[in-house]
Amino acid sequence: MILLDRVTKKYSRSEGEALNRITLHVEPKEFVIVVGQSGAGKTTLLRLLTCEERPTSGKIIVGGIDYDKLKDRDIPLLRRKIGVVFQDFKLLPNKTVFENIAFALEIVGASNREIKNTVPKVLSIVNLKGKENNMPRELSGGERQRVAIARAVVRQPRILVADEPTGNLDPKHAWDVIKVLEKINRYGTTVLLTTHNQEIVNKLKRRVVTIQGGKITSDRANAGYKT
Amino acid sequence: MKRHLITFWRIIQTGIVNFMRNIGLAIAAMAVMVVTLTIVLFSIITNATFTNTIAQITSKIDISVFLKDSVTSQQTNQLITQLQKLPNVSNVTYLSKAQALQQYEQQNTGNQQLVTAIGETSNPLPATVLIKPINLNQIQAIKSFLTEPNIAALQSDAPTYSGDREVAINKITHATDVLREIGIFAIVVFTLICALIIFNTIQMAIFNRRDEITIMRLLGASTSFIRGPFVVESAIYGIFSGIFSVLIIYSAFEAASNALQASALGLLNIAYANSYFDNHFFLLLGIQLMLGIVLGVVSSIIATRRYLKFKTK
Repeated sequence: MILLDRVTKKYSRSEGEALNRITLHVEPKEFVIVVGQSGAGKTTLLRLLTCEERPTSGKIIVGGIDYDKLKDRDIPLLRRKIGVVFQDFKLLPNKTVFENIAFALEIVGASNREIKNTVPKVLSIVNLKGKENNMPRELSGGERQRVAIARAVVRQPRILVADEPTGNLDPKHAWDVIKVLEKINRYGTTVLLTTHNQEIVNKLKRRVVTIQGGKITSDRANAGYKT
Repeated sequence: MKRHLITFWRIIQTGIVNFMRNIGLAIAAMAVMVVTLTIVLFSIITNATFTNTIAQITSKIDISVFLKDSVTSQQTNQLITQLQKLPNVSNVTYLSKAQALQQYEQQNTGNQQLVTAIGETSNPLPATVLIKPINLNQIQAIKSFLTEPNIAALQSDAPTYSGDREVAINKITHATDVLREIGIFAIVVFTLICALIIFNTIQMAIFNRRDEITIMRLLGASTSFIRGPFVVESAIYGIFSGIFSVLIIYSAFEAASNALQASALGLLNIAYANSYFDNHFFLLLGIQLMLGIVLGVVSSIIATRRYLKFKTK
């Protein structure tokens, strides 16, 4: 589902590599946790997957799409296939909760009826019923995070990428978010989660990939947290 | 097809909703647009008024050719035909001796003695041919035609150029030509400035919301789906600004006609300007709307471009 082959990313000539010859293979329906300290290259990895950044060298293939052959105008099509939860939520400030989630469907030209049917279902998955007409600024951090997740999954993507979705949350809310991700994974979505929350990693018992200084230092199935 | 229609409708809807949700930003942008569009409209009207004033002055100027009493009507007709064929002649009128006398009496109704005196003689006034030139600056051809010996032979006196005020007329026509050029230049300059200011304003408005564009981009929205609502929003700015600028000028005329009784301020004939505005109301409104919408749309397309770019290697 996700294939990275000796991928290197340098942001500028003078600095070192943010990612150094990373090779990673993720099977469909897998749940992979990427751990590592701040600055290790976790976010860079995800930015490469969403084509926000292009690799300096190496090959990336996601869902059968070879990024080398991807033209600029096809990037939106790629992004529609990947659900992304951003570290800083990236909600649209001038849209209500409902509209934020509906927007993801509007992009793909869904009908009004589809939107009316799907959005409430997703809202109930993330326990946000009753907040439809609130603006993002009226929500707490955890609620915003859940809106972001709802938006990422509403199109039922085959791949979900979540960048520190629990980073700004207290343990209870963090666990709520993780449970939502697990639920989505059970429905058949490949999930790539980055975190540095030790407790979550230990509880989840999933494949853990550790990145340090831009390199993969360990890749273990059913692992606990270890750096 | 249906999908495209849904998307198109959504773009318009979103544009309208965004306009209302960002009303503060919208008002700021529209205020600037209204001011600049008003200046453009004002310069258009002023220019038209100057042009009218110039036309009025020049229409009063003509060349009088005085004919000897011995000239036959055949000769007169021939002369008139010849004059009409000259390139710079717009109009030739013939005034017979009787008509000339009549006109003289009318012009001097206040001076009864003069009228009586002239009535006692056997009409000393010559028959006159009045020539209206098209362009006052190029009457040399007419002049030289009139001084040809066979033509000069028909004349009792040398032709007058609107009562020997040739020098003054020359000055006026020169001044009016300059004014007309300044007027057109002003319209062009103001329109350009207006375009720049509107472009800048919309760029600022979009700069404020660049994060939204980036987010939409990350969610996989297509260029037109992101840009569309911004274009719609800017078009709404343009529509409102166009209407407001026309309203401002309209109320200015209302106020002026009340306060000044529609008098003239030197070359600026307010009454004429007002009637020009009234007569061309829909044309002017159309121009303002076009200007507002086109500038808004073009500016928003250019301004969103930079935030829509993808990072390529």
